[in-house]
Amino acid sequence: MQDLYREHILDHYENPRYHGTLAQPDFTHEESNPLCGDRIRIDVKLCHKDGRDVIANAAFTGEGCIISQAATSMLLEDVVNKPVDEVEQTDPQHVLDLLGVPLSAARVKCALLGLKVLKTGIKRWKLSRQ
Amino acid sequence: MMGNEFMLDIARIRADFPILNQSVNGKPLVFLDSAASSQKPLPVLQAMEEVYRYAYANVHRGVYRLSELATERYDQARAKIARFIGAPEPECIVFTRNATEALNLLAYAYARHFLKPGDELLITELEHHANFVPWQVLARERDIVLKFIPITAEGVLSLDALEALLTERTRLVSFAHVSNVLGTITDPAPIIQRAHQVGARVIVDASQSVPHMPVNVMEMDCDFLVFSGHKMLGPTGIGVLYGKRDLLEAMPPFLTGGDMISMVDFDGPQWNDVPLKFEAGTPAFVEAIGLGAAVDYLSALGMPAVRQHEQAMTAYALERLSEVNGVRIIGPTDSRIRGGVVTFTLDRVHPHDLATLLDAEGVAIRAGHHCAQPLHIRLGLNATARASFYIYNEPADVDALVEALYKAKLALRR
Repeated sequence: MQDLYREHILDHYENPRYHGTLAQPDFTHEESNPLCGDRIRIDVKLCHKDGRDVIANAAFTGEGCIISQAATSMLLEDVVNKPVDEVEQTDPQHVLDLLGVPLSAARVKCALLGLKVLKTGIKRWKLSRQ
Repeated sequence: MMGNEFMLDIARIRADFPILNQSVNGKPLVFLDSAASSQKPLPVLQAMEEVYRYAYANVHRGVYRLSELATERYDQARAKIARFIGAPEPECIVFTRNATEALNLLAYAYARHFLKPGDELLITELEHHANFVPWQVLARERDIVLKFIPITAEGVLSLDALEALLTERTRLVSFAHVSNVLGTITDPAPIIQRAHQVGARVIVDASQSVPHMPVNVMEMDCDFLVFSGHKMLGPTGIGVLYGKRDLLEAMPPFLTGGDMISMVDFDGPQWNDVPLKFEAGTPAFVEAIGLGAAVDYLSALGMPAVRQHEQAMTAYALERLSEVNGVRIIGPTDSRIRGGVVTFTLDRVHPHDLATLLDAEGVAIRAGHHCAQPLHIRLGLNATARASFYIYNEPADVDALVEALYKAKLALRR
């Protein structure tokens, strides 16, 4: 039963990377999973690099299960320094691969909450610029 | 019938539930989620299969033998259920899909018809969404004032607060007989008496009581009572609305169509008599017959014995869980006022992680807000874990739960 709660997942839960808030984020988005009450808020700071919008820094806060919090920590570790357009296209499977453990259907929603928050945040930020 | 004796012959009962005799993740299944939906015994499955094999045709239609057979059994099921809850006659029993639909029926056909803007409707802080959302929608739509009876720190309804909340504008009071989260058993009689004194009608959500303890609608004198079949050994898709006959007769229909009319011509319809007025379309009569078989099964065990068994299980679970460091019981810790529902949190462990880790040990519990989000807001909790018991659970199931809790703590280093 330790399978799902492997060392690296517990580590990300207990010592989350990119945890907290940013002073002047370019955008902030927050969502919760109504079924389990998991909540995640992500702040994103952007910069311009080679003519593209790139995620310069990100930070999250939230509450919820180990899977939702650890997956968000891994996700932010993965997306910082990547172009926004690329991050927006992230395949959900990529997040599941980062976790690297088999998840039941009910728990996949926990794992993907952070990605959903980030993608929606990017979409809204793009709309606000138009 | 006090004391913590286990009254039921569990080995014999478990033989009727083949689903329980299986392994999950290589461990024997320990099913502790009957408050969400119960398992079904063979006699219920057989009763339904027999109808489909030998006695199936649409009810209230054919003049041929097969339709008569099905209709007879449907009527018998209604009569059994009426007797089971002490209803004066089968005509007081309306079949619905579940308790949720029964409450919606009342919101539409009773409340929207008889309540006026400014009237007050009283529910409680501990309601399931089924007894919450229909009234919120109604209140918004019709300017009806929705008020909430608060719970005390112990998780029981505050009757003192009830006194302050009841006014001459209170038209309807609706509350859960047993909370699906706190397990709290509310004595319905005093609330119903006080509500009647101000001229209000009373709905009892008996979804967590009718399956688990003796319930008598005449003794409690409620105006309406609702419950679901699938939580009491019956199939999904069948629920019950009990109503006092004069009230049911005064109400307009909920859904319209076939079977609920006595006559239709080009000028319009005339409604059928109760309860058929509320059963538009082909009803779930095979499921109703299955529910009738479930009622037979429970009656043979005896509802006082069912309650005593669950009380003993609850007392044992409360005792064993309190031994586990970091476990906090939510709701009353006195098994005499608690149904077979034990909700808890484990310090620094999210209930979903806990449920996943317990599942790996074959232990099925519920995690989340159990369709009672306002109550969780009131308790200041995001989510909780819940173990619930029924006639097929035994003390060894609680032992397995506690053992799995220790393993989960170890896995998460808590």
